[in-house]
Amino acid sequence: MSTENNVRIKAENVHFYYGDKMAIKDMSMNFYDEKVTAFIGPSGCGKSTFIRMLNKMNDLVPHTRAEGSIHFDGENILEKGVDVVKIRRKVGMVFQKPNPFPKTIFQNISYGLEVNGEKNKKVIAQAVEESLVRAALWNEVKDRLHDNALRLSGGQQQRLCIARCLAVAPDVILFDEPCASLDPISTNKIEELILDLKKNYTIVIVTHNMQQAARVSDYTAFMYLGELIEFNSTDKMFTVPREKKTEEYLSGKFG
Amino acid sequence: MYNLKERLIKILFTVLAFASLFFLLGIVFVLFKESLPIVFELNIFKFLTGTHWYPTHEPAEFGILPLMMASLWVTVGAMFVCIPLGIGTALYVNELASLRQKQFLKPVIEILSGIPSIVYGFFGMLIMAPLIQQIFNIPTGLNALTASIVLGIMAIPTVASISEDALSFVPKSFKEASYALGANRWQTLIKVIIPAAASGISTSIILGMSRVVGETMTVLMVSGGAAVMPRSFFDPVRPMTSTIAAEMGEAAVGSIHYHSLFAIGLILFLVTLVFNAFAEMISRKYRIKLGLDR
Repeated sequence: MSTENNVRIKAENVHFYYGDKMAIKDMSMNFYDEKVTAFIGPSGCGKSTFIRMLNKMNDLVPHTRAEGSIHFDGENILEKGVDVVKIRRKVGMVFQKPNPFPKTIFQNISYGLEVNGEKNKKVIAQAVEESLVRAALWNEVKDRLHDNALRLSGGQQQRLCIARCLAVAPDVILFDEPCASLDPISTNKIEELILDLKKNYTIVIVTHNMQQAARVSDYTAFMYLGELIEFNSTDKMFTVPREKKTEEYLSGKFG
Repeated sequence: MYNLKERLIKILFTVLAFASLFFLLGIVFVLFKESLPIVFELNIFKFLTGTHWYPTHEPAEFGILPLMMASLWVTVGAMFVCIPLGIGTALYVNELASLRQKQFLKPVIEILSGIPSIVYGFFGMLIMAPLIQQIFNIPTGLNALTASIVLGIMAIPTVASISEDALSFVPKSFKEASYALGANRWQTLIKVIIPAAASGISTSIILGMSRVVGETMTVLMVSGGAAVMPRSFFDPVRPMTSTIAAEMGEAAVGSIHYHSLFAIGLILFLVTLVFNAFAEMISRKYRIKLGLDR
């Protein structure tokens, strides 16, 4: 692991509260360009909450509060008054359950471009094709771009969601347990895709599956009860964990 | 012993469950049977398209077009009131209202739907009609416009609550997906949420129309009651429902007048049946479209 990685996102002393309940406690860590950072930890430990801070999705939840700083693209995105729309366009997200819109395959992808002001039909059509190619879905859907996206299989839907996210040209892509509802073959395809995408993007993935973290990630963060217990290169984390808690979790003593 | 009891209970509930079907069939049967004689005694074409409704004149004329037009005008007018207000209410409650406002507004809308129609009629007669009369400086406030407004208000709860249900059925994941792509609240509402709820919203409009078409007491009180072809919204009108309500008591049993009123009832029944079937069809399609019914 080279040490000259470019830091894309820098989180420092981040706290997060749902009402009075602290969900994230004092987290500090970096996310690097062209690397995959995986989050592991038992359910409810704050993994999803934390990555949803990176694209401001928690703003949609009432009565929440964040402290600390997350530096991205020259600004602290936790500050009030940041341009949420701009951040969300630069930090794309793929959700746990495939959530294509009940529109056509084409419209699912063109949507992101249209809401961001793209009007040129040629540009849109080209971006749709490029994103589908990048998401390894083009060959399966090129003859039925105007079919309803909900007719695709679960795995195809998830790749469509990835394509939709790529179309708006983000710098960072957040994957929130992207394979949780998929079969092993679809899971495998998504993992291959993630490894391919990391050449161009900063990737963050939350997963329940430790093998998945080991397969796809360069760095792994282990969280427990809202705290970052250990953050290290995936190789080191899985072979010589520093913390006893990490070792216990990796060996299946709790979880 | 135990088995017998079980079986009796089962039979009892089966009978109860089929009772409403039995009543429906009975009503349909009576409607058809009592309407049928006009086929022999009147020219059906003239009955449907005649512009003169003089059931007690000598010779009597039975043309129900003015009554149907009155129903149509009042219904269309009411739609102008209940669609914007009903859907606007639904959007506000679902998208913009805080939790506390929501907890307050939803029951208020429900209460609005629980008000007896005679109270709406009262309100229309004593408050709305004089107001309309003054504003537009017309001879009477009991006219198609007043009826439209009062009926429109009556239909708001139907439109609002069904639309609100449709909006709340739109999976949260669509909203999240939209926001995550950099869409703002307005774009998400217009391009994702409303289209996803469109069939449910159309259902609410059709059911609202169905409610307005079938409403009797209120229109009887505020529409003015003149059985002539309406020429403007300021004309007093006599929709189909109020015609039946006002004249059934006077019509001699078995007379052509009597059978004509039944025929009007049959038409109303068929219209609302079509509306409801349409609404059901759309809402079923909508569930499939959103993948809720697979």
